[in-house]
Amino acid sequence: MKVGVPKETNGEELRVGATPKTVKRLIKQGFEVLVETQAGKTANYSDKEFENAGASIVGSAKELYDQSDIVLKVQPVSESEIGLMKKGQVMMSYLYPAQNQELLQKIADQGVNAIAMDAIPRISRAQKMDVLSSMANIAGYRAVIEGANHFGRFLNGQITAAGKVDPAKVLVIGAGVAGLAAIGTAKSLGAIVRAFDTRKEVAEQIESMGASFLTIEIDEDGSTASGYSKVMSKEFIEAEMALFKEQAKEVDLIITTAQIPGREAPKLILDYHVEAMKPGSVIVDLAAPTGGNCVYTKKGETYTTENGVTIVGKIDQLPAQASQLYGNNLCHLLDDMGKAENFKIDMEDDVVSRAMVTYDGKVNWPPAPLAVSPQTKAAPAQEVAMPEPVDEEALSKKRTRKQLISLAIIGLVLYLLGWVAPSDFMQHFTVFVLSVFIGWQVIWNVSHSLHTPLMAVTNAISGIIIIGGLLQTSNDFSNPMTILAVIAILVASINIVGGFVVTHRMLKMFRK
Amino acid sequence: MISSQIQLASYLFASILFILSLGGLSSQESAKRGVLYGILGMIIAIVSTVLGEGVSGHVYIIVAIAIASAIGILVARKVEMTSMPQLVAILHSFVGLAAVLVGFGSYLDPKTQALTGVDHHIHLVEIFIGVFIGAITFTGSVIAWGKLEGRIRSKPLIYPGRHLVNILLVVICFVLGFMFDAAQGTSGMIYLYIMTAIASFIGIMLVMAIGGADMPVVVSMLNSYSGWAAAAAGFMLGNDLLIVTGALVGSSGAILSIIMCEAMNRSFWSVIFGGFGTGPTGEAAKVEGEVTAVDHEEVAEMLKNAKEVVIVPGYGMAVAKAQFPVHEMVEHLKKEGKTVRFGIHPVAGRLPGHMNVLLAEANVPYDIVLEMDEINDDMPDMDVILVIGANDIVNPGAQDDPNSPIYGMPVIEVWKSKRVIVMKRSMATGYAGVQNPLFFKENTDMLYGDAKDSVSKINGYLKS
Repeated sequence: MKVGVPKETNGEELRVGATPKTVKRLIKQGFEVLVETQAGKTANYSDKEFENAGASIVGSAKELYDQSDIVLKVQPVSESEIGLMKKGQVMMSYLYPAQNQELLQKIADQGVNAIAMDAIPRISRAQKMDVLSSMANIAGYRAVIEGANHFGRFLNGQITAAGKVDPAKVLVIGAGVAGLAAIGTAKSLGAIVRAFDTRKEVAEQIESMGASFLTIEIDEDGSTASGYSKVMSKEFIEAEMALFKEQAKEVDLIITTAQIPGREAPKLILDYHVEAMKPGSVIVDLAAPTGGNCVYTKKGETYTTENGVTIVGKIDQLPAQASQLYGNNLCHLLDDMGKAENFKIDMEDDVVSRAMVTYDGKVNWPPAPLAVSPQTKAAPAQEVAMPEPVDEEALSKKRTRKQLISLAIIGLVLYLLGWVAPSDFMQHFTVFVLSVFIGWQVIWNVSHSLHTPLMAVTNAISGIIIIGGLLQTSNDFSNPMTILAVIAILVASINIVGGFVVTHRMLKMFRK
Repeated sequence: MISSQIQLASYLFASILFILSLGGLSSQESAKRGVLYGILGMIIAIVSTVLGEGVSGHVYIIVAIAIASAIGILVARKVEMTSMPQLVAILHSFVGLAAVLVGFGSYLDPKTQALTGVDHHIHLVEIFIGVFIGAITFTGSVIAWGKLEGRIRSKPLIYPGRHLVNILLVVICFVLGFMFDAAQGTSGMIYLYIMTAIASFIGIMLVMAIGGADMPVVVSMLNSYSGWAAAAAGFMLGNDLLIVTGALVGSSGAILSIIMCEAMNRSFWSVIFGGFGTGPTGEAAKVEGEVTAVDHEEVAEMLKNAKEVVIVPGYGMAVAKAQFPVHEMVEHLKKEGKTVRFGIHPVAGRLPGHMNVLLAEANVPYDIVLEMDEINDDMPDMDVILVIGANDIVNPGAQDDPNSPIYGMPVIEVWKSKRVIVMKRSMATGYAGVQNPLFFKENTDMLYGDAKDSVSKINGYLKS
């Protein structure tokens, strides 16, 4: 099976469908890899590197499409590229199927089986091939870096000889993958990070990344079964806007990440929010490609408003890193589809059938919905997990009663024993019972890691039974009692000596 | 010759030393001192007994002790740390055997025959019980040794109605006891013989019915029995030192058994009376997802990129003797500035604390070897968890699948970490025969092969 990696034709796209590292993986999976010359140039991967990794370099796109069974691309194919493709060829790339019905039809007419990487369902099993997540992660990181670049101060707080520096305050709106990545990056740069999301379930994730979760005093959860948030009520939005206004006055850097698939991004940062911000503050709008979360955002542009707020609408893709992750996603998908040997388009498979937007000459969009939200699954379990109220007092009374009864029984048994047994026995019995208590107290303190030495040492001291043998030996070796006693001494001594020596040996090994 | 008062004083002193010896094991630092106390106590006990009244045949005693010491030192020096469980088991059997012999000797002792009335009866009962416990300890330990050594199949031998048979045998022993008590002179010997045979049989069947992974419980239980056997011998000889020491050892073994059982979430009785499969019914939850395998190079790569690494060893590490390359790996990773720790489940291995000893043997410092409870809370922050030859002790089914046979057993929550690598020979189930959903988790990768081999290969890649 041959996998082809063409050069991206869209001038703005810097990424490529494979890197030397993923080429190695593909070869390991059994594929033959063809790379169009200069394909990795924009992502800083040379033809030489691809060749060293085991790929064959192909001179033109036409040649590549002719020879490949599977094509790995980033951007959706252009019309000219569709012309180069052949029936039955498999293509993997972004396709934005919701917005690109016409393109899908053309691809289907060409007989190409196209997998839209952005349509991979966001279920746990498919996380390793989820390009939206892997790319969002990069965007989140980059958003902070871009923001910090345009922000004229440190992000972390410092106390220096030249004076005290306050840490910057960062507000992250939308705690998806990008938002969480942004929180993590900003936090690690030392900023004070706050985050907002309409979905209550992400509060824990936000806090785990080290940011504080901002909430609104209205009980409404934006979670849906798709994992994205829904459109909220009017009251909620009003409260949200008021919250943002409060925050806008305080924070230095706002990073917005709210996007709704297939729709324009919601407007969250309005004119009066921007006006409320301090001069020098920065807004990084990751939703810029779909219209922006801020009313002032200009797609693909970074500029400063009249009141000195820089609005960043263009995010560098980090093409080398992004290609690597994207390539890994593709590798995982190919791995899932059976590698080279058993490569198969399995339309029964939840992941493949949903991402396969054209198959066998037909458009296969939109797919059946699939629930992914973690909260919906967890909800019934939570009900079950409700602890039953326990009446402490009743429990304590019950325990007391139980203990009294057992003590009474023990007392009675002891009394009966004392009645029949001779005083000599009672004395020994006293010693026995008290020793059990001492042993009980002492042994619970033994460290878990020393349980094996404990067994060895108790082994050694239980060899004390040697005394029984010692007391029974006599000078007459023909006496069976003496023979028994000598054997007893023998085995018990092995125990004593062996036990102590091995314990000592073990303890010597324990070192700090 | 020393007076009996001095002898008693020596016994008391020896008892104190034994208690201090066990108490010393509460920490590694004081443990070495503890062993010295134990040795000192033992020497005082033996010397004061030999010098006491009524002991003769010193030549035999010295010869026997000399031979035994040579054997003991030889065995203890030679034994490999991975075979520690076997050694402990066989040493238990010696105590059992000695208890049986002392019991027989005591019955033959003319002093016993001279006793009259209640004293005589009580003494006979003591002998009978002492021999009974001794015999069970003896054969049980021999079987445990055989299973641990691999000479006897570790699969539990279970036949229908075995409980009934066991109960019946105990009842027969009871009856024999009455006949023994009633017999004149030493004519009761025959009953003692029969009972010893029956008790030996019970000991065999008891341990035969218990499977490999329950061995920690069995060994602890036999440890406890050997103590009770010594205590029983103390009663028959009227010797308080034996009683005190026996009681200490007996309760020590009992506590270990309890700890082991708790760690497996099983009642003591269910371990002793039979293998798995008696408890929960119903279908175990179906495992969803798929298993991903990785190779040594990828594992090395993950380790290179990790900051916090935890290693969870199991019996597989002991079998493969992988503790040495593991230590090498730990040292290397530590040099690279990573935090590496070990998470030890109480029942990992075949003996309580087995893993700790193996790691200590390989020079792993004990302050990075943590218990399950100490490490579980840190799991979500861990970058890579290496599970080496462990299975049931890292099974998430124990927490979230009520139908799993090991449901409720405390486990090391490795799946909460960022990435888990399970080193295993194959996809076979663990001792409990339960499928492990961990292997199907998304953040879990499998690395197949012999643990020692795999770790050495990873070391190679780590260094290149």
